[in-house]
Amino acid sequence: MSGTVVDNLQRLQAVGQSIGHNLATQLAQWSEPERRRTLAERVAREFSEASQEVASLILSGSWRTPDDELERRITHLLGSKNLSPHGTDAFGFAPGEVRSVVPYLEFLYRVWFRAEVHDIQRVPEGRCLLIANHSGQLPFDGVVIGTSLLLDRDPPRMARSMVEKFATSLPFFGTFCNRMGQVTGLPDNCRRLLENEEAVLVFPEGARGISKPYSHRYRMTAFGHGFMRLALESHVPIVPIAVVGAEEQTINLVNLAPLAKLLNMPSAPLTPLMPLIGPAAMLPAPVKYHVYFGEPMEFSGDANDDDAVVAGKVAKVRAAIQAMMDKGLAERRGIFI
Amino acid sequence: MAKRKTLAVITGIGGRLGQLLARRLHREPDTRVIGIDRRPFLRKPSDVEHLRIDIRRKACEDLFRTRRVDVIYHLGLMHDPRQGLGEHYTWNLLGTKQILEFAQRYGVPKVVILSTGDVYGPQSDNPAYISEDAPLLGAQRFAGMRDLIAVDMFAQSYFWKFPEIETVVLRPAHIVGGVRNAVSNYLRLPRLPLLLGFDPMVQVLHEEDAVSAILAAARPGVRGVFNVVGADALPLRTLVSLTGKPTWEVPHVVLPSLARRLFQLRLADFPAAELDYIRYSATLDGERLRTVTRWSNQYTVEEAVQAALRSSVFDGGVERLPAGLPRAS
Repeated sequence: MSGTVVDNLQRLQAVGQSIGHNLATQLAQWSEPERRRTLAERVAREFSEASQEVASLILSGSWRTPDDELERRITHLLGSKNLSPHGTDAFGFAPGEVRSVVPYLEFLYRVWFRAEVHDIQRVPEGRCLLIANHSGQLPFDGVVIGTSLLLDRDPPRMARSMVEKFATSLPFFGTFCNRMGQVTGLPDNCRRLLENEEAVLVFPEGARGISKPYSHRYRMTAFGHGFMRLALESHVPIVPIAVVGAEEQTINLVNLAPLAKLLNMPSAPLTPLMPLIGPAAMLPAPVKYHVYFGEPMEFSGDANDDDAVVAGKVAKVRAAIQAMMDKGLAERRGIFI
Repeated sequence: MAKRKTLAVITGIGGRLGQLLARRLHREPDTRVIGIDRRPFLRKPSDVEHLRIDIRRKACEDLFRTRRVDVIYHLGLMHDPRQGLGEHYTWNLLGTKQILEFAQRYGVPKVVILSTGDVYGPQSDNPAYISEDAPLLGAQRFAGMRDLIAVDMFAQSYFWKFPEIETVVLRPAHIVGGVRNAVSNYLRLPRLPLLLGFDPMVQVLHEEDAVSAILAAARPGVRGVFNVVGADALPLRTLVSLTGKPTWEVPHVVLPSLARRLFQLRLADFPAAELDYIRYSATLDGERLRTVTRWSNQYTVEEAVQAALRSSVFDGGVERLPAGLPRAS
């Protein structure tokens, strides 16, 4: 009995030390006066330019898709053969309910994040896997990719993303996800969606990727192999996608793993503003998103091959995303512009 | 000489599904029907024999010893939250064991067992298509399902123990109509409770479609486990709106304790664990039955809901043991 108490105390102490160490290193970096001044100046300059852009977008109202165009896109989705007479597919996706949500999605997409999307027409018709890097603490990268396919691809497609089980079990949010076509992340669900000729969005880094601390930004974590095995099994093309910009939307100083465990959540990031404004600190900063769609990649082979064989194929996808990400980072003018 | 008629035995013939099945079978010219049930069979067709005995009694064995039975439809499973777990176990598991043993001992070539799709159980991380190979998790939060899962798995063991018997286990989605079961009763409530923020996908199966599936499964050559699906999977709230009835929204943190209390006070007939069905999805994959037997839904979801609402009072189908009958020893 007392043994476990001591064990737990020791573990807690070790966790505390690692959290403290991480915080100290990050604060030390920022406490150099020179570095702090240039960073502050740069952020202030970019931020004022970005807010002017946001203001002019809002004032002109030019960010909204015209109603008839939106109607045409929704009608296209409603034409899917996977829908029952009750307006949903077997996963609970209700295209008719997307209409009322589009203004909010589009505000995030065109105003808040001012997303720049490259080569979206590379997303093919029919079944495909969309594979992207994952970042930003909350999955706004998924929202942006989904909105781009809905509003900027011709004809529109609904990205069906594989969502963390935790999220789809929540009241309201889980139901909302389902109606918007987002699906509990299970291999079986993915297989069925592909059989239904859907475009399935997978973040192979999963929770590891999205909740990584700010100091690890633009360093992709290890990719899971599940998507590649499904691609080999279902013979689907893979579209690599790089998202640049999302890393800076919410700054995660450190992951509070014990708290996450306590609340049964995938992660519990501590952000700089959290002591002041609490959970609202998880809301994204108005960073600029750049989304790069790569050429579809085809793979062949045995879906049940050894990990080592599959890992080689996964590495090719990861490298394709890395290349687009590097290019995007080199080309971007700033975090907010 | 006239051709020998097919002899079909239906357990649980006094229940709604048993009666529907008996009526369908007795219309076929070359089939004779014998029903076993302690409950009465009201408006029974005259050529249907009804033995008002307990499956677990010796008189039941006499039937199989003296007559050559061609097919057993085992619908006599009990699921009544008011009955104790012990009674459930002896009735369901011993009853099923008895039936399968008769089949094996007296050479009945075909046994169709009506299990339930509830063996999978509603879970937040269920796939949208639960296949027959999925684990039977239905009892992990609902102890009242344990005996039904045991029956399902016991029946499956006959696939390899006695391969000469064509054993079929059917796992239907929620059967809706004149039946007395949780879902039909739910739809018949004057005001339907919903859990705030939850809207799972549900499948409802018209009772006549369920009977057709049972008949399809009885055809020669069909064996194994089959899900029987509803016409479509649809959100619970869409299903509820088809009844045209008012609803009340309750937070999921409140309703279970409220439901437990109402159940204890006998003000509601739903055990709290059944609330998971209005919280999480459990939708089945019906591909196997469709491929093997070409069975398909003939009734729409709307027709199923209307069938449930039409028969708000049904006298013969209470899946409950009559009081005062001796317990089997």
